[in-house]
Amino acid sequence: MDQGRYIVRIQGLTKSFGPHTVLEGLELDLEKDRVNIIIGRSGGGKSVLIKHIIGLLKPDKGSIMVRGQNIVPMSERELAGIRRDFGMLFQEAALFDSLNVAENVAFPLHEHTSKGYKEIDEVVQAKLAAVGLQGMGHKMPAELSGGMRKRVGLARALALDPKIVLFDEPTSGLDPVMAATINDLILRTRKEFGATCIVISHDINATMKIADNIFMLYQGRIIAQGSPGEIQESSDPVVRQFIRGEAAGPIQIN
Amino acid sequence: MKNIFGWLGHKTLGILQELGSIMLLFLHALSWILRPPFRMRLLFRQMEFIGVNSLFVVVLTSLFTGMVLALQTYYAFRMFGAETLVGATVALSMTRELGPVITGLMVTGRAGSAICAEIGTMRVTEQVDALTVMAINPVQYLVLPRIVAGFIMLPLLTIVSDVMGILGGYLVGVQLLDIHGGMFMNKIYEYVELADVYNGLVKASVFGVILTLVGCYKGFYTRGGAEGVGRSTTQAVVMSCVLILISDYFLTALMF
Ligand SMILES: Nc1ncnc2c1ncn2[C@@H]1O[C@H](COP(=O)(O)OP(=O)(O)OP(=O)(O)O)[C@@H](O)[C@H]1O
Ligand SMILES: [Mg+2]
Repeated sequence: MDQGRYIVRIQGLTKSFGPHTVLEGLELDLEKDRVNIIIGRSGGGKSVLIKHIIGLLKPDKGSIMVRGQNIVPMSERELAGIRRDFGMLFQEAALFDSLNVAENVAFPLHEHTSKGYKEIDEVVQAKLAAVGLQGMGHKMPAELSGGMRKRVGLARALALDPKIVLFDEPTSGLDPVMAATINDLILRTRKEFGATCIVISHDINATMKIADNIFMLYQGRIIAQGSPGEIQESSDPVVRQFIRGEAAGPIQIN
Repeated sequence: MKNIFGWLGHKTLGILQELGSIMLLFLHALSWILRPPFRMRLLFRQMEFIGVNSLFVVVLTSLFTGMVLALQTYYAFRMFGAETLVGATVALSMTRELGPVITGLMVTGRAGSAICAEIGTMRVTEQVDALTVMAINPVQYLVLPRIVAGFIMLPLLTIVSDVMGILGGYLVGVQLLDIHGGMFMNKIYEYVELADVYNGLVKASVFGVILTLVGCYKGFYTRGGAEGVGRSTTQAVVMSCVLILISDYFLTALMF
């Protein structure tokens, strides 16, 4: 077991909401400095899974090792220490709606750095430009479209140049050009800051292009993993049906 | 019969459990009070929101309460020729009881509900989770400033309420019903002690903590989208009002 290679190791993760079991004995090892993409059906528990990685949800069973430390038994204060290395984009962006766009992006900088206002403003402008939102700093979240909100969320998640970034569907709801821009941004985040990216995506084409490792979540478990090539060659009928987007196959719509 | 007891027991347990959770949230918030970072900006904003913005409604309701008190006591006291005591009665009622209670109930309606709706919305739109993910404790960031603001601002509003109530009593008693103005004021000085005012302000602080804490608690544990926010806001207002009136009884029994 090479501790250094994996930044997140999940063993036997089980999580139920009431009678409804979402994750069941899930095993997942995420490699450091890679773009790890998790795919799976809508409602399959992908968001629940990444909320476990950052300690927002506690598992019913199992262990979650982040950089070799099990975060499951940690107190909120210990978790806060771990979370400083993380950035997270929520599926619905989760912008603070009492703050404008620039203040949203500046928020983690004011909280966790000793930078002055001018310096912070420069970072904010750069991050907003990277997601194609220069000059939008004064807008309130309620005035933005869904895709714009998502990009602000992305800029906020990257504000502190985190070591591990969780992206919950960064490109859903974006036009193709903007989606490609965001995918580039994810690749750049990995290359320039050496960050580990953990991405949830429904965009199979883009996934094949930017992923180093792909994980398929199905019925509470990771049923397949590997490089884009390996996943594309997979003989598993569920994986084949999913990545080809076919209506007929073993995946049941219920 | 058994069912009724079962139901009662169930309800009682539910209420006790909820009060316990509220106490836990309170202690959690208090545990942050001496620990940096101190969020003065947030505190001042909440003091403005809870205090300054409630001023008008407190002034209005207290003024009319004082006026109707004077009217009612005047008719009663006239029967045994004690009209000059109207002022003292109004002043005592206001400072000991009605000032803090009216302020508490009004601020609950205005600010307690808004606190719950705001934090509840932040909860269901994952903004609270976003704070957590940014390694910011949401209790320290959202709950503590509101509780401290309630603790500080309610006594200040209550002073305004007391003054307005007495002014209302003066307007009705002296201007309208022709009680001798000097006598009216003299009796107030004679009967109202500073302790009456202080104790009323202590009550107000307790009410301030109750209404902000309950608003935060109900908001913090909101589930179920916009509908859930509406539901917890209603619950927060009802629960705050009930707790204010119940604690008012016990505080009175303790202090006077
Ligand atoms: N807080 C919660 N309480 C109860 N059930 C929940 C909660 N969060 C998620 N679930 C349930 O867990 C399941 C998985 O949800 P999740 O949001 O992880 O899906 P997802 O894979 O992210 O789907 P999508 O691709 O549509 O975003 C769903 O059935 C959902 O109803
Ligand atoms: Mg999701």
